Amino acid sequence: MSTPQEAAVAPKAGTGFWKENLRDYGMLISLVVIVIFFQFATDGILLRPLNVTNIVLQNSYIVIMALGMLMVIVTGHIDLSVGSVAGFIGGLAGLLMVRWGVDIWLSIIACLVVGGVIGGIQGYFVAYFKIPSFIVTLAGMLVFRGFMIAILGSQAIGPFPPIFQKLSSGYVVELISSDGGIYLTSLLIGLVLAALLVWQNFRSRSRRMLHGVESEPFGFFVGKNILVLAAVGYVAYLISSHRGLPNVLIIMAVLIVAYGFFTNRTILGRQIYAVGGNARAAELSGIKTTRLVFWTFVNMGVLAALAGLVVAARLNSATPKAGTGFELDVIAACFIGGASAYGGVGKVTGAVIGAFLMGVMNNGMSILGIGIDYQQVIKGLVLLGAVCVDVYNQRR
Amino acid sequence: MLDPVPLAAEKPPILEMRGISKNFGAVKALSDVSFTVREGEIHALVGENGAGKSTLMKVLSGVYPAGSYEGSILFDGEERHFRDINDSEKLGIIIIHQELALIPLMSIAENIFLANAPSKFGVIDQDERYRRTKALLTKVGLHSEAPETLITNLGVGKQQLVEIAKALSKDVRLLILDEPTASLNETDSAALLELLKEFRRNGITSIMISHKLNEITEVADRITVLRDGRTVGTLDCHEGAVDEDEIVRRMVDRDLESRYPSRTPKIGDVIFEVENWSVYHPQHSSRQMVKNVSMKARAGEVVGISGLMGAGRTEFAMSVFGRAYGRDITGTVKVHGKAVDTSDVHKAIKAGLAYVTEDRKQLGLILAEDIRKNVSLAHLGGVSTRGVIDDISEMKVAQEFRTRMRIRSHNVYQETGKLSGGNQQKVVLSKWLFTGPDILILDEPTRGIDVGAKYEIYSIINELADAGKAVIVISSEMPELIGTCDRIMVMHEGEFVGEVAGEEATQENIMRAIMRRREK
Repeated sequence: MSTPQEAAVAPKAGTGFWKENLRDYGMLISLVVIVIFFQFATDGILLRPLNVTNIVLQNSYIVIMALGMLMVIVTGHIDLSVGSVAGFIGGLAGLLMVRWGVDIWLSIIACLVVGGVIGGIQGYFVAYFKIPSFIVTLAGMLVFRGFMIAILGSQAIGPFPPIFQKLSSGYVVELISSDGGIYLTSLLIGLVLAALLVWQNFRSRSRRMLHGVESEPFGFFVGKNILVLAAVGYVAYLISSHRGLPNVLIIMAVLIVAYGFFTNRTILGRQIYAVGGNARAAELSGIKTTRLVFWTFVNMGVLAALAGLVVAARLNSATPKAGTGFELDVIAACFIGGASAYGGVGKVTGAVIGAFLMGVMNNGMSILGIGIDYQQVIKGLVLLGAVCVDVYNQRR
Repeated sequence: MLDPVPLAAEKPPILEMRGISKNFGAVKALSDVSFTVREGEIHALVGENGAGKSTLMKVLSGVYPAGSYEGSILFDGEERHFRDINDSEKLGIIIIHQELALIPLMSIAENIFLANAPSKFGVIDQDERYRRTKALLTKVGLHSEAPETLITNLGVGKQQLVEIAKALSKDVRLLILDEPTASLNETDSAALLELLKEFRRNGITSIMISHKLNEITEVADRITVLRDGRTVGTLDCHEGAVDEDEIVRRMVDRDLESRYPSRTPKIGDVIFEVENWSVYHPQHSSRQMVKNVSMKARAGEVVGISGLMGAGRTEFAMSVFGRAYGRDITGTVKVHGKAVDTSDVHKAIKAGLAYVTEDRKQLGLILAEDIRKNVSLAHLGGVSTRGVIDDISEMKVAQEFRTRMRIRSHNVYQETGKLSGGNQQKVVLSKWLFTGPDILILDEPTRGIDVGAKYEIYSIINELADAGKAVIVISSEMPELIGTCDRIMVMHEGEFVGEVAGEEATQENIMRAIMRRREK
C-alpha cells in the first residue's frame, strides 16, 4: 500500500515521461518530419514565404471547422454536413451581399446566425430525438447541398465587395514603415505571440512546481520552449517577409486559443469530455448531456458558416461547388490529431496539427507534381496509418 | 497451514495444475501455484481481488497459451499444452465469465449454437437446433422459455442459465464459473447452486470462483484459497465443518475482528422524507414500478432497503435522484422538512442528495479518465472560479480523497478503468462525498468487490453516519444489511412490505416479510 506522501508527488522522470506523453508529441513530431521531408523534396519551395502564407490561407477554413468538429467528435458524434453548410452559407453570402446589396457586416452576422440555426436544427434531432448523428448530418449534407444549388441556380455569384474580400485576402495593416521587404508589425506580433506562449508555459510550470506536481523533466521543458520560440519566430519571419500577417491567420489564432482554453480549462469544456467518455455516468453526475450535445452542434454550425464566408471571400465568388468534400478533410484532421471515434478523447491542438499535417502534405505533393489521384491515395493511407499508430500506442 | 488433502483416497484427479507461475512484466501474478480438482466435485476457488484466481483460470483455459507460463497442466492424467481456448474446449473445459458473452438481439437457440449450429450441407438445420435447445433448456431448469426468445428479453439470472446451457451443448467435463451469482438475486442464486449440485450427480466437475462465502460453504466439496498469487491451502468440506470466518482469515491473512465494523448510532432528527412516491416503467407506461411508497431517514441513521431483484429498489432510488429513471413520477421529497425540487439530477445534487449506482462501470465512472477528473465530475463548481477549473485545487481534492478513502493507485492521474473493483467503488464514493451531500443512497455498494475492500466500505458508511448524514443502503446481501444498518425496510413488487429494527434483523425476519406478502 502506498502512503499519502508518495501520492502527493508523482514525478515520472526521463523515459517514463516520454512514454506517457508520446501520444501528445507524436503528432507534432510527425508534422515536423513531414515539413522537413517536403522542404528537401521540393528544393526549399515549401518554406518560401509566399508558400507558407499560401499554406495558411489554404487551410484556414479546415482549421476553423476542425475546432468545432473536435468537440462534436469528443461528445461521441460526427457532423458530415459541414462542407454543405459552408458552401450553402457562401451562397447565402453571395445572395445577400452581391445580389441584394445588403450591408456587409449585417450579412456576415446573418450568415453566422443562419449557420447556428442549421447546427441547432441538426443538434435538436441528435440530442433530443436521439437520432444517430451520422444519419441526421448525412441528411443535412444532402439538404444543404440541395438548397445551395437551388439559391445559386448552378452559377457562380461574384465578385464580393472589396472589404469582404479582405477577410481572406487581406493582411494586417502595417503601422511601421518598412523597407527591405520585411513587414515589421507582423514580425513583432509574431514574436510577441511566441514570447507569450513561452511565458505562459513558464508560469504554469512554476505554479505546478510550487505544488509539487510537475513531472516534466527540466531539460525537456527548456528544449520544448526553445523549439516553440524558434518555430513560431521562424514562421512569423517567413510570413512577414512575404506580405505580412493575413487577417484570417489572426482570426484562426484567436479561435485556436479560445477553443483550447475552453476545452481544457472550463467546466463546460470538461463536461463535454465527460459526455463523450460515458454519457450515462455524466448524466447521473448532474451534467445536462442533451443540452451540451445540442450546443456543440450549434457551435459547429456557426464555425461552418464562418468557414463558408472565408472560402467565399478567398474565391471572391459563391460557387455551387464550394465546400464539396470539406467534411472529409475536417474529420480526418481530428482523427489524425488523436481524437477517438468512440468519443471522450481529443485535443484542440491535436486537431489543428492534424489539419496542418494534411495541408502541408497537400501542398508539398502539389509542388512535387503528384496528381490529385495519388494525393488522395496517400492521404487516405496517412489517415489510416496515423490512427493505427495511435491505437497501437494506447494498447501498450 | 493446512495439510493438503490426500489425493489417492477417493476419485482420481481430473485436473492437476503443478507449480504454475505467470508474470506480467515485473509483476508476479502467480507463483508456484498448485491446484488439484477431483472428478465430479464442486471445487471453490476463493481469494481477494487480485489474488490470481482469474489468471489461474485463464492459464487453464488457454487464454494464456502454453509457454507464456511456467509449470504443467495435467488433464485426465495427461500433460496438456493448450495454445488457445479452442484447445481446452475440445477437451470439455468450458469457462463462463463474469461478464456474460451472449448476443442480446439473437435468440436463445442462436446463442447456444453460435459457432456449432447443427447443419445439413452448410445450411442450419432449424428443427434440430430447436429440438436440442429445448432439451438443453430443460436440463438447466429453463423449460418455460422458448428457444426463439431473444436474450435481451431475459433477466440476468436466466441469461446466466443460458450460458450454462451453451456450455452443456459442448459436452462439458469441467465447468468453470467466474462469479456466477454476482448479479443474481437470492432465488436465482439458489436455483443456480441447485443446478451445480445436479451436475455433480451427473458427474460434471465444476470450479466456482466466488466472493459469496455462504454459497461456497453450501455447495463446495473442497475450497482452495489463493492469496497474492500463491496457494494458501485447500479445505475439505467433508472433513468437519468449514466456517466462513476461517476462509476469510486465510484469504486476507489478517484477523478481521468482525466482517462488519461496529458503530454506536447517534440518531438525530428526520432529515429526509419521501412521500407517496409512484413511478412507472419508462417504456411500458402501464407498468407501475414503485407504488405510492413513503419513507424517512434520520441524521446519523443507516437505513437498509432489502428485497429481491426486481422489487423496485433501484427504480425507487434513481427516480428520487433527479428522475433518472421512469416516467409519470409523482410524490414529494423533503430534505430537512422542506419539500425540494428534484426534477433533474443537478437539482437533486443541489438539494443534498447523492446516489452511488449499483453499476459503477456503466453508470458511475468515466473509465478512460483518471481518478482526479472522476472525483470532481459531479461538483466541478467546487474546484473552479467563474467557470474556469483550477487544476491545482482539483488535484488536491483528488489527493485528499485518495488518502482518506485509501484508494490504492500510483497517483491521482491513474485511469479508473485500470483500478480494481474496490478501488473503483471508492472513487465513485469520493465523487459523491465531494458534492457534500446530506443524504447518500448507496445501491449495492459492495457488489463484486473483495472482503477487505468491503470492510473499508462499511467503515466509510459508519463514518458518514457518524458525521450526521442519512445513509440509505440498498443491497441484495442480507448479512450485509443486517451488519451495517440501524433499520431495514423490505421492498417487494414496488412497495415497502415490512420494516425490521436493527436488533431484530435476521435473514429469517426479512424473508418472512417478503413471503408473507407473496401469499396474499
